[in-house]
Amino acid sequence: MSSLITRVRLKQISQHIENGKRLDERGLHDYRPIKIEQGIIEKAEGSARIYMGKTEVLVGVKVETGEPFPDTPNEGVQTVNAELVPLASPDFEPGPPDENSIELARIVDRGLRESHAIDTGKLCVEAGKKVFVVFVDVYVLNHDGNLIDASALAALAALMNTKLPNYEYKNGELKIKQGFTQLPMKSHPITVTIVKINNQLVIDPQLEEEKVMDSRISIAVNEQGNICAVQKGGSSYFTPQQILEASKLAQAKAAELRKKFNW
Amino acid sequence: MNDKPIKLIDKKGIRLDGRKADELRPLKLQVGVLSNADGSAYIEHGKNKILAAAFGPREMHPKHLALADRMVLRCRYHMAPFSVQERKSPAPSRREVELSKVIREALEPALFLELYPRTGVDVFIEVLQADGGTRCASITAAALAIADAGVPMRDLVVACAAGKVDDKVVLDLHDEEDKLGAADVPVAYMPSLDAITLLQMDGILTPNEFQQAVEIAMSGCKKIYEMQKEALKTKYMVVKDIEEKEEEEVEE
Repeated sequence: MSSLITRVRLKQISQHIENGKRLDERGLHDYRPIKIEQGIIEKAEGSARIYMGKTEVLVGVKVETGEPFPDTPNEGVQTVNAELVPLASPDFEPGPPDENSIELARIVDRGLRESHAIDTGKLCVEAGKKVFVVFVDVYVLNHDGNLIDASALAALAALMNTKLPNYEYKNGELKIKQGFTQLPMKSHPITVTIVKINNQLVIDPQLEEEKVMDSRISIAVNEQGNICAVQKGGSSYFTPQQILEASKLAQAKAAELRKKFNW
Repeated sequence: MNDKPIKLIDKKGIRLDGRKADELRPLKLQVGVLSNADGSAYIEHGKNKILAAAFGPREMHPKHLALADRMVLRCRYHMAPFSVQERKSPAPSRREVELSKVIREALEPALFLELYPRTGVDVFIEVLQADGGTRCASITAAALAIADAGVPMRDLVVACAAGKVDDKVVLDLHDEEDKLGAADVPVAYMPSLDAITLLQMDGILTPNEFQQAVEIAMSGCKKIYEMQKEALKTKYMVVKDIEEKEEEEVEE
C-alpha cells in the first residue's frame, strides 16, 4: 500500500499536524464533509453511497434465505465482505482479498454484530432450517483515506435502507407476496477512527495523512454511548493515556455524527 | 447464547475454573524449543498450547518484498486442524489473516526495523490447542521467539485479555467465558515503555468498564512479563551450565 509520496511532503504533513493544522485547513478533530445517498442500487435490497471528502464507498445489501448456524438456530445470519476495487486506487490490485480488505470487512462486521445492529432474532423463517442471510458488501470506489469510518457509516446507512419482501411460509416453501417491510434493527453503531501522528490524535485522516500515521484505533459506539468494538492497527503503539483520550473522542464524534444524520 | 442462565461466576466470586476475578490461568513458558529456528518459544496458557518460531533477520523471499530503508516483519498465525473441538480446515481463514496482521502490528513497535534494511524476519505461530485467548498467548510466545533469535528489541511484548463476565470485569478469559461472556478485550503491552501495541474489543462495555478492562489486562501483562524474562534467562542459564561443565571436563 504505497503510492509514491516524497519525504519532503511527509515531513510537511507531520509538521502541520504538530502545529495543530491539517492539509485542508480542518481542525485535528474535524471530519471532512460527509454526504450519504441511500437506495441507489434498485436490484439490491438496500444500498448506500458515502462521500467522505474524496473517499467514496458504496455498500450493497442482498438478503437471501439460507441455513442458520447450529448454535443459533433461531437467528438470521449477517455476513460482511469488503472489496478494495482496483479502480479505487493505483495500489489496489485485482485478486483474492488481501489482509487489508479482510481487516476492513471484519471491523465493519464486528461493529454491527457486537452492537446487535440487525435484529437477527426476527429473521428466522423456520427454526434450525431456514433464516434470512443478510449480505453486506462494502465496495470501495475511491480511496482517499479513512476507509473504516466511511465503510461503517455506509454499511449502516445501507442496512437502514434495506427492505425485506413480504412472504408466506407454507409446507417448507417460501412464497413472496406483495409489499416490503423494513429490515428490523436494534441499534445504530457508529465507528470512529482516531490516528496518532506525531503524538497528536487526529480524526478522519486523508490518504496522505495515513501515510505518516503511526497507529490507529477504531472504536464503535452505540446510542447509549457504550463501546461495542475496538481495533488497534498500524505499526506503532498508544499509551494508556492516549487510549483514554481516544475513547472519549470517539464518543464525542459518534454523538456528533448521530445528531447530524438523525440516527 | 440461547439458554442463557449459565452462571460463569458463583456467589463467592469464583469462576468456573476456580479462579478469582483477577487471577491468571497457569502459565508455562519455554524458550529455544526448536533447533532449526533462529529463535523459538512454547507457551502453555491454561489449555492453550502454542509454538512460535522466528527466522532472521535474513534475505527476503521473494526479493521484491524487501524494503530499502527497513526490515520487514512477517507473521503467520495458524491453527492446527486438531486444535479445536470441530476440525478446522488447515487453509487460512479470514480470522487467521486478520490475527496475523494484528499480531504483526503488535510486535513491530518492539523492533528496530530501521536498523536492518533489505532484510526480513519471519514469525510462525502454530496453535496446537486453543482455549480462548490464543492471540494473546501467541504474542507472548512470538516476542520470546524473536528475542531468542537475537533480534534487538525495545522491550518484550506481552499480551493478556480481560473481559466482562456476569456483569464483572475479569482477567484472562478462558474459552467458555470468551464465548458466553459479555465482552472480550485483548491487550498487548510493552511494560517498560508503557505502550499498548494491540487493543481489540468485542461485546458491549460502558466507557468506564472499558477503561477498567484495559487496566486489569495491563496488570495481567505485567505479571506475565516477569515470567517471560525468567524463561529467557532460564535458557541461557542452561547454556551456561553446559558450557561450564564442558570446561571442567577439558580441565580434567
